[in-house]
Amino acid sequence: MPDFEPVLLRRIAKPDSTSLASYQADGGYQALRKAVTTMTPEQVIDVVKTSGLRGRGGAGFPTGVKWTFLPKGHPGPIYFCVNADESEPCTFNNRILMEQDPHQVLEGILLSCYAVRAWTAYFYIRYEYGKAFRAIENAIRELYANNLLGKGILGTGFNLDVFVHRGAGAYICGEETGLIESLEGKRAWPRIKPPFPAVEGAFRKPTIVNNIETVACVTHIVNRGADWFKSMGVPPDPKNPRDAGSYGPKLYCISGHVNKPGCVELPLGISVRELVDKHGGGVWKGRKAKGCIPGGISMGLMTEVEFDTPLDFNGPGKVGCLGLGTAAVTVFDEQTSIVDVLYNICRFFEHESCGQCTPCREGTGWMRKIVERIRNGQGRFEDLEILGEVGNNIGIMPGTTICGLADGAGWPVKQAVKKFRPELEAYIRSGQKSRQPLPLAAVH
Amino acid sequence: MSVLTPELRQKIEAYFPRYPSKQAVALPALHLVHDTLRCVPLEAVREIAEMLEISPAELNDTMSFYGFFKDEQHRLGKTRLWVCRSLACQLRGSDELLGHLCEKLHVQPGQTTQDGNITLEFAECIGACEGAPSVLVNDEAMMDVSNEKADKLIEELRR
Repeated sequence: MPDFEPVLLRRIAKPDSTSLASYQADGGYQALRKAVTTMTPEQVIDVVKTSGLRGRGGAGFPTGVKWTFLPKGHPGPIYFCVNADESEPCTFNNRILMEQDPHQVLEGILLSCYAVRAWTAYFYIRYEYGKAFRAIENAIRELYANNLLGKGILGTGFNLDVFVHRGAGAYICGEETGLIESLEGKRAWPRIKPPFPAVEGAFRKPTIVNNIETVACVTHIVNRGADWFKSMGVPPDPKNPRDAGSYGPKLYCISGHVNKPGCVELPLGISVRELVDKHGGGVWKGRKAKGCIPGGISMGLMTEVEFDTPLDFNGPGKVGCLGLGTAAVTVFDEQTSIVDVLYNICRFFEHESCGQCTPCREGTGWMRKIVERIRNGQGRFEDLEILGEVGNNIGIMPGTTICGLADGAGWPVKQAVKKFRPELEAYIRSGQKSRQPLPLAAVH
Repeated sequence: MSVLTPELRQKIEAYFPRYPSKQAVALPALHLVHDTLRCVPLEAVREIAEMLEISPAELNDTMSFYGFFKDEQHRLGKTRLWVCRSLACQLRGSDELLGHLCEKLHVQPGQTTQDGNITLEFAECIGACEGAPSVLVNDEAMMDVSNEKADKLIEELRR
């Protein structure tokens, strides 16, 4: 099978990949010209809808469909928010796109705003991505200077302003309504949905929030068509009526105990095993894998035996994972204690819970404390039952919280108890303490 | 005595046309003040709130949500050095790295060195996982940070 020809990462190794001149020399902004001079906004929405593009931020909602939720004939303003808050642990593909090819992202934003009739876009970027922030700001300046942003873009009636808004270190700002609250200058407490942002979002106006990789895909879909996009990936599973297919190229992040951590672009559907062995250089130090997190930590855990699972929107669910998530695979080897992995995950969610909903605020704390106790050699067997119960009951799916952070927090815990139970029981039985004592200074 | 200089005020005001509400300038304003003064003094909270036409309590509500912003009692040093502690970095030695830096700088995470140069903190995933263990130097990531590389960085930051 021939090596996949990169689309999204096509330009990143080029010198001067970030400049407007270089982007245009490679055919950049032709899709924009095509859209604003020969297509109506509805036609752009149609091509994105037909392409089957699903959001790359973690939830995988069909992008074109989301755009149709906007009220028809709304007098405006309609806002477009770019979600560049990428904070799911082990995920870094958005960072690479912004740092190395900012114009690809910006063209996608322009096209998306044209489609949804937004004339103001807020680019919400996490504070920690300083280099990406400067690359994007620079690119925006170039666009204003070249009649590609501002009033009368390319001599048409299309006006757009893009304003960059820096975050302040909160994972929950990646949740679309958390992002909107943060943008409005408030605590990033997610909102109850409905109403969905498309109906009432930022500043109480219709708003669309899309991920960086998603908008980058929009650029290519308008350029090369829906059929081209669908030529990559996996069609819907006939046995699953809710599967909307897994089309297009995907950026996969590989990290942890592998020889070649990095970001690789492939059509949706590659298995974990092939991703790790063929693209990640295999497990490090000649060891074997014990398991991995398959899509950012919110998606749960996979054992090594489950590594043949395809990483598309349908596959991970078959082994009990929450979904594809951010397609970030982090491998841990056979010498890693599952208790250490679980502790790290629980500590993250406790720290990042916004605190609004009791089951999440308290539940993430309980899970961390219990796993910490197990880690310190004071675990009990009933702890595993409690962890399972908490994991099963916090979240938007069991209906006890406003947003999905709690689901993400509970999933790896539930899965660890289910899939790594023998190791957990042996750990508790032995009364051992973690082989990796944290330096005292780093205790939370 | 105004904490916000005319220059800072102008920079904050420059953000107003971007948003339909002044409260939306909260984060940009807090960042501007925090970057300049290395903290957000209480008096600055009052002055920013007045500019944004919200109550000081509302601005404090926002500011206190983000552990990012420090008050006068926890003023940052010249450089903020964050060590990522999330999963990919932990799997490749971030605990040891943090311990090494605590020893080298004679501080606990959250504290600033005696000479006021470096504030050491831990961070949740900074998105530099391909180079784990990674650190953030103010707002730029540095990857593949061995103890030796960390020592070199400290040397440079102290110059």
